[in-house]
Amino acid sequence: MSIGRKSPEVLRAEAARIRRELSSKGSLSPKDRRGIPQQDMPSQTPEIRRSNMSEVALGYSEDQAIVEATRCLGCASRPCVAGCPVGIDIPGFLAAAAAGSFDEAFAIVRKSSALPAVCGRVCPQEKQCMAQCTIGKAEKDPMKSVAIGRVERFLADRDRAAEGKRAGSAPARSPARPSSAAKKIAIVGSGPSGLTAAADLARMGLSVTVFEAFHRPGGVALYGIPEFRLPKAIVDEEVRGLEALGVGIVCDFLVGRTRTVRELMEEDGYAAVYVASGAGLPKFMGIPGEDLIGVFSANEYLTRSNLMKAYDREGAATPLYRAKRVTVFGGGNVAMDAARTALRVGAEEVRVVYRRTEAEMPARREELEHAKEEGVAFDFLSNPTSIFGDEKGRVRAVECLRYELGEPDASGRARPVAIPGSEREIEVEACIVALGNDSNPLVPGTTPEIATTSRGNIVADERGATSMPGVYAGGDIVQGAATVILAMGDGRRAARAIGEYLAAKP
Amino acid sequence: MNKILKKERLSKDVYRMVLEAPALARARRAGQFVIVMSDESSERIPLTIADADEAAGTLTIIIQAVGASTRDLAAKAEGESLAHVLGPLGRPTRIEKREGPVVCVCGGIGAAPMYPIVQAVKAADNRAIVILGARNAELLILEEEFRALADELIVVTDDGGRGRKALVTEPLKELCESKDVPAEVIAIGPPAMMKFCAATTKPYGLPTLASLNTIMVDGTGMCGGCRVTVGGEVKFVCVDGPEFDGHAVDWDSMLRRLGSYKEEEAHKCKLAAAFATGKESER
Repeated sequence: MSIGRKSPEVLRAEAARIRRELSSKGSLSPKDRRGIPQQDMPSQTPEIRRSNMSEVALGYSEDQAIVEATRCLGCASRPCVAGCPVGIDIPGFLAAAAAGSFDEAFAIVRKSSALPAVCGRVCPQEKQCMAQCTIGKAEKDPMKSVAIGRVERFLADRDRAAEGKRAGSAPARSPARPSSAAKKIAIVGSGPSGLTAAADLARMGLSVTVFEAFHRPGGVALYGIPEFRLPKAIVDEEVRGLEALGVGIVCDFLVGRTRTVRELMEEDGYAAVYVASGAGLPKFMGIPGEDLIGVFSANEYLTRSNLMKAYDREGAATPLYRAKRVTVFGGGNVAMDAARTALRVGAEEVRVVYRRTEAEMPARREELEHAKEEGVAFDFLSNPTSIFGDEKGRVRAVECLRYELGEPDASGRARPVAIPGSEREIEVEACIVALGNDSNPLVPGTTPEIATTSRGNIVADERGATSMPGVYAGGDIVQGAATVILAMGDGRRAARAIGEYLAAKP
Repeated sequence: MNKILKKERLSKDVYRMVLEAPALARARRAGQFVIVMSDESSERIPLTIADADEAAGTLTIIIQAVGASTRDLAAKAEGESLAHVLGPLGRPTRIEKREGPVVCVCGGIGAAPMYPIVQAVKAADNRAIVILGARNAELLILEEEFRALADELIVVTDDGGRGRKALVTEPLKELCESKDVPAEVIAIGPPAMMKFCAATTKPYGLPTLASLNTIMVDGTGMCGGCRVTVGGEVKFVCVDGPEFDGHAVDWDSMLRRLGSYKEEEAHKCKLAAAFATGKESER
């Protein structure tokens, strides 16, 4: 799956031509479908986008969406659906989109996904639906599969634009109000997992309140994922959609401190609680110099830039550390987001240091490609051993050790082994640590009834049930660092389980 | 919510605000803090809780207007509301009945969070000795409140303008050496003052708590900006603190990290000054 090197205009014109050719053909054979070229994503050019915060991928045109959806073979075995953590009827929505029935296609997506505009943008499709796609398998490259997420995004964006126009004339959706007798459900955290559960529970007619610690709802979609990958207006829109379903959202409320889970249930009358409190304390490396000025967790760096808008140096009240040379440690999406943010706020040289090779990087392929195009440098098989400071205690350099790949470890990935004596010093002014998170201690720490693992993550069964009756949990607080879509899958399953739990209760 | 019911000036640049915040008033315990945003686009700043009234549903904060964000906050008038107040954050102070007196050392604005702690120390049937210090008489706050509450109040100023001319560490050392040996020392104030309080009590092996006020963004255990080194381990002020064993805190590292955004703040100040004088060309 390549990123549009051709201009958006050219891509659109090509798609229009292909669409005309296809419609003149009448019925299409599988061979015809396999002959259709995958539609590139129109994008801002790297030279321009590396100095702005606007979204990189511009989205398919109508013709592109139809042409791409037409690539689907409509396999009877529907392998892609099994690859989707929320089980979207992918062949169903692609067939409708290929026929130009966009509203119908979007309704199919909506049935399974509470946040399609978000998922279309941030899901690691190449590891999920696209990994199972017959076309990708035939081409021996999941990136050549039907670009399912791009079509999903097109449908969600198109609907949002239409919704915006409708909103201008008359209110499209009047807020649903759960009956006063409806049972109350509390959701801890307004990230993807909490919002998904909230939507499903509200549709069951329950009275749902989402508690968010930050001053705005959205969770990681707001504070973690940058504007250039997921515009915040989209997150706001998804939240408004939930409010229209009758979901209450309470910000500035930290469950575990403002109220405990037990108080919510025993004193405030919540019949069940879904804990989706998200990422916990950032992991640091435990190497010398990590307390120097200029060493940040990616969580802090991204929260400042995204949620607090500190990328806008003159306009924002929250400061962001400025550095000419920035090194990011890690190889996941968060590392890519931090590196690309650093470029956008003015760093001249940004380097990602990752201890395995490109093949093992957990980041979404598209993010890695985007980062490379924008000029981020990569040091694979390398790991920091020490950070050095100047006389003011500010980062001056980092020392890294070279690695080679050895035997596979427990995860099945080749274990990196340090090469003795391979240390080298890189001059930098800032280091961003993106090595994942430990668990957040607030809810378990104030609710001893909830069992946790030795790492502090909440123990939940496959339905999300914890050791405390009526309390369910999912997303990062259970899985450690997961993805948006896995967290959503947890929310969906927990909502179903909560529905059943309440139905069984007298 | 978060409406300013009462605002008064305690000294130059120091203000007390009583906020309508029933959930916080009910949940807060001595030693905890809040994160405040005065407007939708403001910085999130951690502030200590100076008092609360559960029955009235109010929370009291004391603000020293020293930077851009605290100045914006202090400029809010009675009747206006703060955009956001989150809390209570951090662990409450662990207070138990002690054999000897509990010495509470406050430096400057540190008197504000100390007030509920002294209340709790008293409520646990302890004898409380308060050392209240400031650079000068103008910066001394809550003297009358502490006089009414504490068993003994020692007032010191750097310049001798009020009370004894001394640093807080001088009476603290005398108490350590007296027959009436403190059972515990709690220090809250500027980091350098807490560092020297800890250094003062160390030779006597007296348990010494310090309440840290570090850089913080979310305050809920997510960003890691508030990390400090305590006893060689990384700790997070927002969820592990704010109080730590003063003898184990790496004060020099903490003091250094507090200066992380000095250059950015200087940049902003220059900008603000340029706007204020209408000399936009200086940007």
